Amino acid sequence: MSAVRFVPSLIVALILLFLALPIVVVFVLSFSSAAYLTFPPPAFGFRWYKAYFGDSDWLDATWLSLWVAAAVVALSTTLGTLAAIGIVRLPRPIRIFTTALVLSPLVVPGIVIAIGVYYAFSRYGLVGSSMGIVLAHTCLAVPFVVTSVSASLAAIDPKLEHAALSLGATPGATLWQVTLPLIRPGVLVGALFAFITSFDEVIIALFLSGSGAVTLPRRMWDDLRFQLNPTIAAVSTLTIILTALLLAIAHLIRRRTEQLKNEKGDA
Amino acid sequence: MSDSSMTPSMRILGGRREWSRWRRDIPWLTPLLLAAPLLLYMAVFYAIPVVSMLLRSLNDPKWSLDHYAALPSDVVFLKVLWITLSTSFIVTLATLMLAYPVALALSRARSTAPLILIVVLLPFWTSVLVRTYAWMVLLGRHGMINEALMALGIIEQPLRLLNTTLATEIAMVHILLPYMILPIANALRQIDPSLALASSGLGATPWGTFRQVTFPLSMPGVAAGMLLVFVLALGFYITPAMVGGSRDITLSMLIAQEVDQLHWGYAATLSTLLLAVALGLVAIAQLLPGVGNTFRTSK
Repeated sequence: MSAVRFVPSLIVALILLFLALPIVVVFVLSFSSAAYLTFPPPAFGFRWYKAYFGDSDWLDATWLSLWVAAAVVALSTTLGTLAAIGIVRLPRPIRIFTTALVLSPLVVPGIVIAIGVYYAFSRYGLVGSSMGIVLAHTCLAVPFVVTSVSASLAAIDPKLEHAALSLGATPGATLWQVTLPLIRPGVLVGALFAFITSFDEVIIALFLSGSGAVTLPRRMWDDLRFQLNPTIAAVSTLTIILTALLLAIAHLIRRRTEQLKNEKGDA
Repeated sequence: MSDSSMTPSMRILGGRREWSRWRRDIPWLTPLLLAAPLLLYMAVFYAIPVVSMLLRSLNDPKWSLDHYAALPSDVVFLKVLWITLSTSFIVTLATLMLAYPVALALSRARSTAPLILIVVLLPFWTSVLVRTYAWMVLLGRHGMINEALMALGIIEQPLRLLNTTLATEIAMVHILLPYMILPIANALRQIDPSLALASSGLGATPWGTFRQVTFPLSMPGVAAGMLLVFVLALGFYITPAMVGGSRDITLSMLIAQEVDQLHWGYAATLSTLLLAVALGLVAIAQLLPGVGNTFRTSK
């Protein structure tokens, strides 16, 4: 019996190793002291982190990506949250159409969106500007905000909004003072996902960044085409740590919301 | 009260009253106004750009179906289409085989489930570029896999692993695994545990219970995962371009090449085709029972 159970767990462990291995390897490699790619590294050190922090090209690309992602968060969270509140109350045919449009960037192949915006934006001088990348990334980020906020909206008690309205609050005040505070966790989680989406995006950046707006993934792509030095491992490790931190925050927000809900249920 | 005797503030009030009457008569007016900024934004910066690009397949240089008519005899296109479809198919099957055991463990394990979820989700949210780079390191001539095989004495010379079709497939399976694991685990979690209990109570072996009860009931998740993975695999660009062989050109890579050479008509034709297949498969997925909302929770 124990052997029968052991074999499946071993298979699962091996598959999980396959999933985790690449990230572990990049992590270890970033602390290599060698001048070239070799695994396992002969010795460890911060050589490649120093190379990254000492290179103004890498740092400029990093700042641009952070700035673009922050702008995408502001745009997509504002537009997406208002839309999610509206969409759930729309009559069914319009709701289905708008949901399909808003969520479609999740399944439309990246290259089609990328060359579409490249085709249109090049006429308006938006290629090679960070503005163009922000505008296009926002479309990719919006689905995450809308799904996250919609899930929060589905969980709140409609009686609270009705109570506010019947006590004389205007619809605007109800939205601002009742609905928004209740869905804040969903908005925050959506904002975090929007940030990661923009920060990691490559294909649109390849077409829109030109020479004037080189984002971090674009810079990594250019570097990978010509050389394979471990600076990229250091950059990758830093982005993995940033992503993991943001995911941990998203997880904590969700867990706290559920705890609050359970406490309310007990009372 | 005549119009001329109205003070400005009364006029505003009148306007407000009219506004509330509008809102009462058309209950979805306020929701539509809330959604309008986003819909307008998506139309201007996403839908219209993509559609106007796709239209180039019909009007470049003049209105005709010539670009589409030329496809069946276009040798390059047929070869690229075959590579894209066969790679996506192989990757989907391999992903399914690796994902099912993990999904099963994820849905059953109590104590280890959070750990499994972290191992599944962290790569899921790590950039495709970083994950592809990791595979370049692992599969390279002096990469970890070659070094390990040589240290074990299995091979004498490093194998050519990077820049092969196999490298593309391995990296794609790695990137797409979470998209298969999550819908299947979701479907497995929704199965009533008393069904498996009843099955074993009636004398079925654990394998018999799995084969005749659990597995058939998990099919909605399997179908959703397979369709999602296949659709995503069709559009892969970064990974085959970086770790694939020089002849492994996917549809997305061909589209990018044609755009570089400003062959917009041809690029738009290929894009229309890729988009039609992707949306067609998603539409089929929505029609399958119990599959529809899986797409909404996935990345």
